[in-house]
Amino acid sequence: MPEKFVTRGFVGRRESAGTQANRIPPGQHLVKDFPVLSAGPTPRTDLAKWTFRIEGLVKEPAQWTWGEFQKLPAQEFVKDISCVTKWTKLDTHWRGVSVDILLEHVELDRRAAFVTAFSDGGYTTNVPLPDLIDGQAFVAYEYEGKPLAPEHGGPARLVVPHLYFWKSAKWIRGLRVMDKDVPGFWESLGYNNHGDPWKEERYTGD
Amino acid sequence: MKRTLEWQIATVTAIKPETAEVKTLTLRLPDWTAHRPGQHYDIRLTAEDGYAAQRSYSVASEPERIGEVDITVERIPDGEVSPFLLDTVVVGDRFEVRGPIGGYFVWDGSVGGPLLLVAGGSGVVPLMAMLRHRAAAQVSAPARLLYSARTYEQIIYGPELDMLAGLDGLKVSYTLTRQQPPGWKGYGRRIDDAMLKEVSAPLGRDVLAYVCGPTALVEVAADGLERVGLPADRIRTERFGPSGT
Amino acid sequence: MSEPMDDELVLDGNAAAGALSEIYGDDMTTVLAECGSCGQVDPIGGLVAFVHAPGIVLRCTACATVIIRIVHTPKRTLVDVQGKRIPQPPTGT
Repeated sequence: MPEKFVTRGFVGRRESAGTQANRIPPGQHLVKDFPVLSAGPTPRTDLAKWTFRIEGLVKEPAQWTWGEFQKLPAQEFVKDISCVTKWTKLDTHWRGVSVDILLEHVELDRRAAFVTAFSDGGYTTNVPLPDLIDGQAFVAYEYEGKPLAPEHGGPARLVVPHLYFWKSAKWIRGLRVMDKDVPGFWESLGYNNHGDPWKEERYTGD
Repeated sequence: MKRTLEWQIATVTAIKPETAEVKTLTLRLPDWTAHRPGQHYDIRLTAEDGYAAQRSYSVASEPERIGEVDITVERIPDGEVSPFLLDTVVVGDRFEVRGPIGGYFVWDGSVGGPLLLVAGGSGVVPLMAMLRHRAAAQVSAPARLLYSARTYEQIIYGPELDMLAGLDGLKVSYTLTRQQPPGWKGYGRRIDDAMLKEVSAPLGRDVLAYVCGPTALVEVAADGLERVGLPADRIRTERFGPSGT
Repeated sequence: MSEPMDDELVLDGNAAAGALSEIYGDDMTTVLAECGSCGQVDPIGGLVAFVHAPGIVLRCTACATVIIRIVHTPKRTLVDVQGKRIPQPPTGT
């Protein structure tokens, strides 16, 4: 690997981690803002037409309208999040419904092992089922006390904070329960099927 | 003509303030290749710990200036690279560059005219390379520049544009969208179809249009030019990211 | 899908010119791309580009269908060409 040419005086706009350093996964740096990254145009879904669905290897699919979804038991979550593009943001505040609660409304087939999250605009991402349960994931519709903004995935997005944030599908419309791990939008082009930031599982084969 | 795109180390030989938030850096390139006006260079900055940032900057200068290129940098508030280039870099500093890049948003004298250039803010930079080349190569095809800026003080290259407009066949029209100085005789509103019709009509139906600036302005201008009669395949666009205040 | 794509973060194929040049060994921005979904034809330089992402995504100007995706990893560059008329990248990428 050729030696990098160091540019005099350049440090980049990075926050010093200081006492928080142990909360920052390897190769990441701290940010205070909330960068917007997107693979496509921001969908603008009419809430009157919005539904959230759990389908696939379940006995009966479950589906909620926006009004019904809002009536599900919701919680406040405070989480650290890490993007594969190397920024980490600490103590992000969300409100939403735990995936555990959503899965209570379906009966999982015994072959169920993986989930494909699917979104408006065609984005998909694959997550192993064990990474979505036991309080590890939720569908969020509020961020920092306000309705989730469209550029950050509103009206609702998946949040799986212990994995790289490309797994936290914006504009989510449902979860498809599978017996196979089917690479999603970024996974099919070189990103890791699992995505644990503490093991730096960024790319396929990491 | 295939060329492998390689990084080389450029040296800053001059820095010129253009406006309060804009400067032009002259870069001497050991492996300079004549660019086509409209092309850009990628710049890569690497910190001591290996953290790197990369950005693209349109070449502002004409290819007739051998061995060096000018890039014009506008401050992006809270940006990572522009504050570094504007506040930290001094003459003699070096950084990695790669280019020239691009083949779609380019114009040179051999392409012909008439030429309609529409600029929003720092989108004027690649269009300035086209106008400087047009003057250096003494291209006779008529040209017009419609330049949208927020205020008079934010116009980049003002005196030089006045000088070029005094030469053969170039007309420059400004529209100041936020504030106009007393006695202002130019346009004073966002670009719209009526304005586009006025600036393009004298150039006739063979006109080639190049539109560059923030995405929203480029969309409005390109759609507008089609509505006033330019064929879509005679309109080329380049969108810059979010710009400064 | 007809979302306005005038969001300030949306760029165009010019922004992918460097990456494509690295992959194909030549400038690709004047190459015509045909959308596999709606048939719209645009030069690659005129496609809609999303570059603030884990990769670069070039989309159709009419219907936003993905035409080209590019991911740089430390070991290799991956390219997925979904549009028509675009040459496949040289092997080894």
